[in-house]
Amino acid sequence: MTIWKNTLAGATMAVALSFTSVAVVAETPANMLVIANRIDDITTMDPAQSFEFAGSDVNQNIYSKLVNFDPLDFDKGYVPDLAASWEVSEDGKSITFTMREGVTFQSGNPVTAQDAEWSLRRAVILNKTPAFILTQFGFTPKNIAETIKADGNTLTITTDKRYATSFVLNCLTATIGSIVDMKLAMENEVDGDMGNAWLATNSAGSGAYSLVGWKPNESVTLQANPNYYGGAPTMERVIVRHVAESASQRLLLEAGDIDVARNLNPEDIAGVRKAAGVVVQEELKGRLMYLGLNQTHPILSKPQVRQAFKYLVDYEGMQNSFLNGQYTIHQNFLPKTYLGASTENPFSLNIEKAKELLKEAGVENLEIEVGVREAQERIEIAQSFQNTAAQAGIKVNITVGTGKQILDRYRARELDMSLEAWGPDYPDPQTNAGTFAYNPDNSLEAKATGLLAWRLGWDTDGLTPLVDAAVTEGDRDKRIAMYQEIQAKFRETSPFVIMFQQIEQDGIRDNVKNFTTGEAIGSADYSKVTK
Amino acid sequence: MAQANDNGGARTRAPLPGWFTGTLKTIGSIAVTMLGLVFITFIIGRVMPIDPVLAIVGERASQSTYEAVYLQLGLDKPVIVQFAYYVWDVMQGDFGMSLLNARPVAEDIARVFPATLELATLGVFFGIVLGVPLGVVAAVRKGSWIDQVARVVALVGYSMPIFWLGLMGLLVFYGMLGWVGGPGRVGIFYEDIVPSVTGMILVDSILARNWTVLKDAFSHIVLPASLLGYYSLAYISRMTRSFMLEQLSAEYITTARVKGMSEWDVVWKHAFRNIRVQLITVIALSYAGLLEGSVLTEIIFSWPGIGSYITTALLSADMNAVLGGTVVVGLVFILLNIFSDLLYKVFDPRAK
Repeated sequence: MTIWKNTLAGATMAVALSFTSVAVVAETPANMLVIANRIDDITTMDPAQSFEFAGSDVNQNIYSKLVNFDPLDFDKGYVPDLAASWEVSEDGKSITFTMREGVTFQSGNPVTAQDAEWSLRRAVILNKTPAFILTQFGFTPKNIAETIKADGNTLTITTDKRYATSFVLNCLTATIGSIVDMKLAMENEVDGDMGNAWLATNSAGSGAYSLVGWKPNESVTLQANPNYYGGAPTMERVIVRHVAESASQRLLLEAGDIDVARNLNPEDIAGVRKAAGVVVQEELKGRLMYLGLNQTHPILSKPQVRQAFKYLVDYEGMQNSFLNGQYTIHQNFLPKTYLGASTENPFSLNIEKAKELLKEAGVENLEIEVGVREAQERIEIAQSFQNTAAQAGIKVNITVGTGKQILDRYRARELDMSLEAWGPDYPDPQTNAGTFAYNPDNSLEAKATGLLAWRLGWDTDGLTPLVDAAVTEGDRDKRIAMYQEIQAKFRETSPFVIMFQQIEQDGIRDNVKNFTTGEAIGSADYSKVTK
Repeated sequence: MAQANDNGGARTRAPLPGWFTGTLKTIGSIAVTMLGLVFITFIIGRVMPIDPVLAIVGERASQSTYEAVYLQLGLDKPVIVQFAYYVWDVMQGDFGMSLLNARPVAEDIARVFPATLELATLGVFFGIVLGVPLGVVAAVRKGSWIDQVARVVALVGYSMPIFWLGLMGLLVFYGMLGWVGGPGRVGIFYEDIVPSVTGMILVDSILARNWTVLKDAFSHIVLPASLLGYYSLAYISRMTRSFMLEQLSAEYITTARVKGMSEWDVVWKHAFRNIRVQLITVIALSYAGLLEGSVLTEIIFSWPGIGSYITTALLSADMNAVLGGTVVVGLVFILLNIFSDLLYKVFDPRAK
């Protein structure tokens, strides 16, 4: 009996404890930035391999590059970082960087041109997923001894042909352009991996922060680098916590336990707008949502049909309803804020106009299949299109599948239409021009599955040479004009119905200043944040 | 020798001790069960419409990069060969590397499983200490208001979506009242303060005698554990009530009452003693269910446990992580079964 009396007493105690008031901290410390984000996409911290959003955010704060963006003014474009200056050779193929003096890595080792040479060569040799950003300039493991070369305090890179300087420099602002502490990394080399395994969970940079720890699907902790050449960050510690659920992020934000919530859904954004001490910050991101028409389809390849479909999307309706605040209308392949991006959006829902164009093309009783990945917003976009297309007499059958199922069929040119999203790989217009409007060999044998134009079986109607020309144009203004021209033609003739550009809406405490997620071209930067 | 001669020269082999054959049988049973579990999970992993290569290299990788990783993962070999390699590695304690984060799966599991173990143990504790007495009282007072309350409590526990209940709990006890800590295992100020010995923060903070961290960790675990405990309570209390009703209608209970035994003794010393074995099964199943990981609870409370680990791995086609997690969950079920069997022998002499 005593046992059970004791047990009952224990039960009562447990209930009482479960309702005990525990002091909950209402505000994060003034020198600490706490962010809630979904970080389960991080696979490694090695800048030669990291290619995910959350990983790029971390690396942006750990590593400096030869050139980088100013986190307080992205419109300026690339600016000097570890390279104090650079010169371009007469033939336009070589760029010589002069390194900034007196900069040290977080380890205390000096940053030298040899570190820069080793870092870029290493990225080419390791040949991980993002390596193409560098190897597209003709760098190979065999030629890097000549093409990426340090000499004293300078580093010279030589490309296989003349490219626009802005193209090369924009690519060097990508994560793969990070300069790594060669000495430290090589001290931790295993089986000739150039420190790849060690750098997956450790840092060897000269940026504003160093990596304290990364617990997958749990948290990333950064510590300020007091010797950062750009000035020691005000936020001495940054903690990024993995909080998958939007409602949980909102509760944490409103309670003051975090400073930034990065994955709030529209309902929670509406909620935090009313909360005291919280503001909503919006930044355009590079992700585009589009419909692609397969040009191997006998009817969808007709110019009038391509045009008609651009009038069959209820851009305004979707933007103002279920996409509220998360996407903005954008009908060009270069995201807004990219060099040369057009802001013209000539198409709107016009059923009558679409009907006229379809009639002109002799189209009747058209039935098509559109492939959609199983994501709520995409399914809703497809349903909206299904509804408006029906008003023009087109029957749209929606096929929902996993990413692999839809992607496999898209790449095999099997779908009539695909509803897809595309995010840029690096902050230069070539990243999108080179896939939406570039397709030098449209044959099936070419298997250029990486090119969106090829996936749709579209030969680009003469845009390919224009893209080739734009990427080699040295004059920045001329280059901008060339992309404007390409986009204008693309809008009218292409089989891509580009609809929306993503907006990231973050809930942040109102005392947090200078926080940026990097807009469309960069990554999150914490070095200038104050509270 | 003389005896051997008496038996026509044949040697008589002494029978193996019972404990030895029992242990052998148990090990054999575990091995077969685990092999079957790994095989089924392995096959499911191979037929899933997710491409592990694509998950690693990304959609934009060139064909050559894709093929290099395809070969690196050994996907060019027949499935049965891949399975044989995997089983061989597992037998040596090697679950392989996570395809996505390039860490040993064993290390990842060692990190996430203690989080689930801590949560599930506290949850099932709540479930037992509240659910068992509630079920007993509901049976003894059958049809009374307390029985009706117990029925409603259990019904709500069965039918209310845990996702909604968790969010409401957070909203009220964390957001509005501030009585408990928010999502996460511990407040940001206390992260990594106590050295990780067991991986369970409550235990580690006690070992480190850091009462501040213990208090903070408890404030974070109490809500998700109560939530899980509530679901256990619903199940345990209904089953307890059912078992008790059966015992209370038995003739030996009537005899005990006729002999003038107190009601407390009738209920707890006689009726309850006879349902202990059945209750052990119910509690073990409930505990195993919680140890498997409650994915939704882990998501809402940002609890890095094995449930969300396996789910994330599954969605990312990280099959080594899925298989490793599944093996661990399978082992948990088996060990709990063995533990239940041992307890049967303690509580029921007939089982010895």
